[in-house]
Amino acid sequence: MRKKNKTLDKFFSYLIIVIIGLVLLYPIIYMFFGTFKSNEEIFGSTKLLPESFSLVNYIEGWTGTAMSYTKYFANTALMVIPTTLLTVASSAFVAYGFARFRFPGKKILFGVLVATLMLPNSVLIVPRYLLYNQFGWLDSYMPFYVQALFACNSFFVYQIVQFMRGLPKDLDESAYIDGCGTFRVFWQILLPLMKPAIFSAGLFQFMWTYNDYFNPLIYLNSTNKYVISLALRSTLDAESVVVWGKVLAMAFVAVIPLVILFFAAQKYFVEGIATSGMKG
Amino acid sequence: MKKRLFKHYSKRDYKAFIYLMPWLIGLLVLQIYPIVSSLYYSFTDYRIGGTPVWVGLQNYIRLFTEDSEFTKALAVTLRYTVTTVPLKLALALAIAMFLNRNIKGINLIRTVYYIPSLFGGSVAISLLWRVMFQDNGVINAFLGVFGMDPISWLGDKRYALNVICLLEIWQFGSSMVMFLAALKQVPSSLYEAASIDGAGKFTKFRKITFPQITPIIFFTLIMQLITALQAYTSAQVITNGGPLKSTYLLGMKLYAEGFSYFRMGYASAISWIMFLIILIITLFLFATSKKWVHYEDEGDF
Repeated sequence: MRKKNKTLDKFFSYLIIVIIGLVLLYPIIYMFFGTFKSNEEIFGSTKLLPESFSLVNYIEGWTGTAMSYTKYFANTALMVIPTTLLTVASSAFVAYGFARFRFPGKKILFGVLVATLMLPNSVLIVPRYLLYNQFGWLDSYMPFYVQALFACNSFFVYQIVQFMRGLPKDLDESAYIDGCGTFRVFWQILLPLMKPAIFSAGLFQFMWTYNDYFNPLIYLNSTNKYVISLALRSTLDAESVVVWGKVLAMAFVAVIPLVILFFAAQKYFVEGIATSGMKG
Repeated sequence: MKKRLFKHYSKRDYKAFIYLMPWLIGLLVLQIYPIVSSLYYSFTDYRIGGTPVWVGLQNYIRLFTEDSEFTKALAVTLRYTVTTVPLKLALALAIAMFLNRNIKGINLIRTVYYIPSLFGGSVAISLLWRVMFQDNGVINAFLGVFGMDPISWLGDKRYALNVICLLEIWQFGSSMVMFLAALKQVPSSLYEAASIDGAGKFTKFRKITFPQITPIIFFTLIMQLITALQAYTSAQVITNGGPLKSTYLLGMKLYAEGFSYFRMGYASAISWIMFLIILIITLFLFATSKKWVHYEDEGDF
């Protein structure tokens, strides 16, 4: 009797898990099949599968309105990849300073770091915009690079500090006895061990920058600098009758790099969230 | 105590500042300077290209007395926040607790549930939402199957904001993964001891589970509140603030004033109101956290 209950219990658990999973994934699945549909097929129907798997939406969508998506993807790479690399480098560097040294004012500075986690972007955006305007950095990716270079997203510094606290300090001590300088300790001893934290920080910065719409909207204005998020939004205004299949096709294409990255590196995603408490 | 105050720092310790340098420069130039100057601008009439003219509290007074678009946006944003954040966290916690047992394939489940968080805030998914919730879109088509009348999701001011909230709640996966990790940390000896004392499921949750994971709940709550109060993308893409400004969020008001009309002083005042709201909520949560957040160590290192 007891055993039967347990099997039944298990069955219902899995049933619930599968139902929730389907509800969560349904929009994505719908999007995928929608990319092959015409407006007539998309609207007024519950049918999931398209009548034919024609690639016309992809081909026409890719050409874009002002420019092709080849250019938008290239722009996105130009914005996202350096931003990610600079963020990772600067965050690891700064985190090393916080995690491995006892210096005057450490408590206060670390407190400031944690406080800036809660600093909303919106209160900084107006003066930053004016500052970048003076430097002539508007309509370029410089604002993104500079903020990455100076570890402005303190979240990643915090995350890496937390990770480094778990690495034994004896490593540093014995290296110092062997005559290593601080930079060699960082570069040759700690950095290889920090790989999981660095990977995770990089992935999240990549994802956030890639998905970001608000900041590119403010800092970029000429179409030949547009990144994918801006290009996708502009498709709505470009035509009087929106061909939704085309919009969905490009939205789907936009999502693919993240999906590939996620499945290639899901270990780091999940561990990154689990160890440090991730927003978003 | 005295010993700590007069602690000797070695020469090597001072090298820390070399490593902190990028962050310190960023802090001064790209964080502290902007905060101070946006506070100053908020008391000025400042159009781009011109010079800031001190007007005292005029921007703030105008926001609250003359600018009904602002007060409306404030109300919409607060509604959006108090809808999405608690629902998202409650759902994340409930499902994390449900999954916190011996089940096969937990990694796959975590992965699948996490997927919406991967691109939730993006334009791509907002566009998808916009398609699905059209008057003749797939959601209404499903309602039709059950014999229900179609609902004007995006055209009716009673529903539009909820559609946008739903997009946010759909992304509960990242919080869930965090809670799941926190739940795994709760020592099982606590539950065993409670079982011996005859505690029921609810008592176990209230006395053991919840207190043990409060630090992570606290952290997530603050982060989600900050994000929600600044939300922009989904509302801009799905409804563009309509119908009748029922989804017009503060982020959109800030964008319009600052970057469409280039009224930098006025936009700064809006951003400071947002900041003050975040500050008040955060300080309130910190003040009450001593009562409900339970830390094992004091976080010293």
